[in-house]
Formats: sequence, C-alpha cells, structure tokens
Amino acid sequence: MKEMDSGKGHKFRKDLILEIAFRKILSLSAILVILLILSIFITLVIHSSPSLKAFGFKFLFTKTWDPVLNQFGALPFLVGTILTSFLALIISLPFSISASIFLGEYFREGKLSFLVKSLIELLGGIPSIIYGFWGLFVLVPVVRSIQIKLGVAPYGVCIFTASIILSIMIIPYATTIGREVIELVPSEIKEAAYSLGATRYEVIKKVILPYASSGIISGIILSLGRALGETMAVTMVIGNSNYLPRHIFSPSNTMASVIANEFTEATGDLYLSALVEIGLLLFVVTFCVNYIGRYIIKKYTITQ
Amino acid sequence: MRDEIYKRLLKDKLFKTVVIFLSFISTVPLFFILFHLIKNGLSSLNIEFLFNLPKPIGEEGGGIANAIVGTFILILISSFLSIPLGISAGIFMAENRNSKLYKIINLLVEILQGVPSIVLGIVAYLWVVKPMKHFSALSGGIALAIMMLPVIIKSTEETINLIPESLKEASLALGVPYYKTILFVILPSGLSGILTGILIGISRIAGETAPLLFTAFGNPYMNLNIFKPVESLPHLIYNYAKSPFSEWHQKAWAASFVLILMVFTLNILSKWVIRKWKVRF
Repeated sequence: MKEMDSGKGHKFRKDLILEIAFRKILSLSAILVILLILSIFITLVIHSSPSLKAFGFKFLFTKTWDPVLNQFGALPFLVGTILTSFLALIISLPFSISASIFLGEYFREGKLSFLVKSLIELLGGIPSIIYGFWGLFVLVPVVRSIQIKLGVAPYGVCIFTASIILSIMIIPYATTIGREVIELVPSEIKEAAYSLGATRYEVIKKVILPYASSGIISGIILSLGRALGETMAVTMVIGNSNYLPRHIFSPSNTMASVIANEFTEATGDLYLSALVEIGLLLFVVTFCVNYIGRYIIKKYTITQ
Repeated sequence: MRDEIYKRLLKDKLFKTVVIFLSFISTVPLFFILFHLIKNGLSSLNIEFLFNLPKPIGEEGGGIANAIVGTFILILISSFLSIPLGISAGIFMAENRNSKLYKIINLLVEILQGVPSIVLGIVAYLWVVKPMKHFSALSGGIALAIMMLPVIIKSTEETINLIPESLKEASLALGVPYYKTILFVILPSGLSGILTGILIGISRIAGETAPLLFTAFGNPYMNLNIFKPVESLPHLIYNYAKSPFSEWHQKAWAASFVLILMVFTLNILSKWVIRKWKVRF
C-alpha cells in the first residue's frame, strides 16, 4: 500500500513538471512568433537606414533611379504600383461582385454552385509564376495587337497587361469574402422586402448590397493589399522600365517587381539599401491597407 | 401600372442574366490557362522529363529532376521549421484568449499574413545569405517557413476553438493532466483541421517564386545539401520562360503543368481531409 502511494506521488510530480514545461513551451513559442515578426520589421528598418539617411523623404518624390550615379528615387515604382493595382481592381470589380451575388444569393447550393465555386477556388490556387508565364506567352501578343490598332508603341508588356493578370488573380480572393458577407444577410429582412412585392433584383440592390456593403468594401480593400504585393506575375509582363510611365500602355515597374529584378544584381551598399527601403515601404503600405480592410470587417460586419 | 410591373420584371431578368454571364466569364481564364498548359506542356512531358537532369541548350532531352527534388527539399525545410512552432503558438492562442499576449500575437500574425512574399525574401537574404555569403536552400526554406507560419497558426487556433469546452472539461474532470488533455484529447479531435491548414500552407509555398530569387537562387545540378543553392520548380519556370530559346519555353510549359498538378492535388487533398476526417460535435 505504502509503495503504491509513493509510486503515485512520483507520477504526480512527473506530471506536474511536464505540465509546467508544456505551458512554458506554449508561451515560449508564442513569444518566439512575436519576436520573429518584430525582427522582420526591425531588420528592414536597419538595412534601409543608409538610403533613408541619404535621401530622406525625397526618396518618395524623386523620379530618377540610377544605380550608376547612386541616385535613387522610388516615384516611378510608386506610380507603377498604384496604377497597376487600381486598374486591376476596377477590371475585377464587376466580375467579383457578380460572382459573389451568384454564389451568395442566386445559387447557394446545388451542382451549379459547387461547380462555379470549385472553379473559382482552383483559379485562386494557381501559382503566380504560372499566371506570369501564361500572361507572357498568351496575353502579351494579344495586347500587342491591341496596341498596334491603337497606334501606340507595341511593346505588349505594359501596365495594362499586368493589370489584367492581376485582376484575374484577385477575383477569387474578393469573391470568397463577398460571398461570405452576402450569405450572412439575414433571411428575415430579405423576406420582408419580398413580402412588400419587391423583385429579386430590387432585394439585391436595396437590401442585400447595402447590408453587406461594408464586408464587400473590406473585401475589395483586402484584395487591393494582395495586388500591391504581387510579384512574379507582374514582373514577367510589366516590361521592367525604370522611368515614369506616361500612360497605361507603357512599360513600367512596380515596387515588388523592381526588387525581384534588381536585388541580386545590386552592387554597392546604397543600391541594396534603396531596394530594402522599397521593401520596407511595401511592408508598411500593405500593412496599412490590410489593417483598414480587417478593421472595417470587424467593426461593421454583424455576425450572427 | 402593368407596364411598370413588366419593366421591373424585365429588369430583374436582365440583372440575373448579367450576373450569371459575368460569373461564368470569371471562370473562363482557368480554362484558357489549363488549355494552354495541356496543349503546350503535355507533349514534352514523359518519364524521362521527370527523372533526368537539365541538359545544355542544343542537346536533346533533359528534364527537371533537380527542380522537383529541390522543391521537396524546400517544402521539407519550411515544414520542419514552421509546423511545430505554428501548432504550439496556435494552441497558445486558442487557450489564452484573454491574455495581453494574445492581442499582440493576433495582430502580428494578421500583419504577417499580408506581408508580400518578396519582402520575406529580402529578410531571409539579410538574415541568412548575407552572413553566410552564399545562397542556400536553407535561406529559401526560412523565407517559405515564415510564409507558411500564419496559415498554420490560424488554422490550429480556429480548429481548437471549434472543439467544445465540455470535451476538455470531461478530460480534466477525470484527472487527466492539462498537457495530456491537449496532446491526447484536443489535438487528435482537431487533427483534420490542423492537417488541412498544413496542406493549404504547403500548397501556398509550393508555387512561390519571389522569395526564392535571392535565397535558394536556383541550380542547374542536383543538390541535396541544404547549405548550397537549390533549384525549385517555380524558379525553373521563371528562368526558362525568360530565356530566348523555344526548347526551354517548351520545358517551362511542361514544368508548369507538373507544378499545377502538384498544387491542385494538394488543394483537393485538403478538401478531402476536411470531408473525410471532420469530427463533428
């Protein structure tokens, strides 16, 4: 009897030690994750400091990017990024909102819904390098022939091409969020509108879309965040020109694509540091965009 | 009055048609991409292509064995680094929802989810490549691990939150210690969710190129050493696509076909895991 007791006590103590160790490991890994993310930011700041010191705020408004003269300004890439992302957003909008309504309202269940949903999800699963490769060999010749008809220099690779590729890439993302918020609209208020004699179109326009608007807007903002940081697909079709773009058919560069193109070739500390600073800028911009998007979802979406 | 009603009904029909039409248009690019991949890729795809090393331009044959092996090495490194850390951080988040630490880690993980992959490539370069003075599979694996981490943390947290509190309480009431409750009761019942998260994370990094450009870098030879540069499927596609040789373009199509097959398999597998193993409460 006595032996059994001491055996139990021993087991109990072992459990206690393991218990404490287990909890320690859990909190330790949480702290490790926090440190990891903070050090990403700190690393970017430290390594971009030579460029920050040399150019200051002028970095954002200077349009020369000349590695030979060690003159660096990010304006062409900022303009390129904003143009491609917003153009992509505008192109994708009718499609992603239609697909959201299609899946969230018209066809919630059934084979057709499953088919369209699966196809859009597959579209979202395609790696960006394949989008870029496909764009380069299929879309670029098409754009080139459009450019010839329009009478502009037929590069084929330009902001417009990049925007089309980007819009295809963000449709699945925006659709997923849009569908979820449209599905959340309570059926009581829809039924109330139907009982007043509204057609389905009127219910969608006057009840569903206003009710889900904040969710749809944040979906759009979050897909903008995705478009801003997209690298490979854009790099392959945008033409990689370091000058300020004149119109949407001229070749350009985005923040992400200039890093992808020039990082391995960057000789000299200031050159590398300027590229890291663009990375830091990208980090901060995508952070702000994502934060606003998530804030709107949390603040205004009524969860059931 | 009648006209008015007809007009409204017509508008209704018209709107529905437009929505259905635009929704179908959204799926058209998928068919185009698959069509071109199959048309251009399938012809040069054979067993030799999968098991041979690349040959210099001008020579017949040659394959992508180095890239396939390299992609697996990168996936292994990043899984090894991110899965244990991600799962334990996810458990921490699910179990300490009211602590101060939770708020911080939740915000930071959401930030990390939105960080463009190329930025993570820069960081891995500065952390690993620059001090070691050469490109390596390890640095690529680290960049990809950071990408995979938030997916695993979030899926673990969400899965554990879905498991009813009563299950945990029942186990604790029987005198099972906390760590055993988590490891042998909670985790197994949430296995499908966590596994799905891992598969989604892997499919996210398998096709990722941007952070590898200046970390894993690429390598025309077979390499199993994690401290040396290594080729990967997406990087090989990028290199071949940029080249001026049509033979290499052909290989890039075939490699794209292999890559997309891999990514789609992972996606479908993750769906299957959810359906097959889902524990319902």
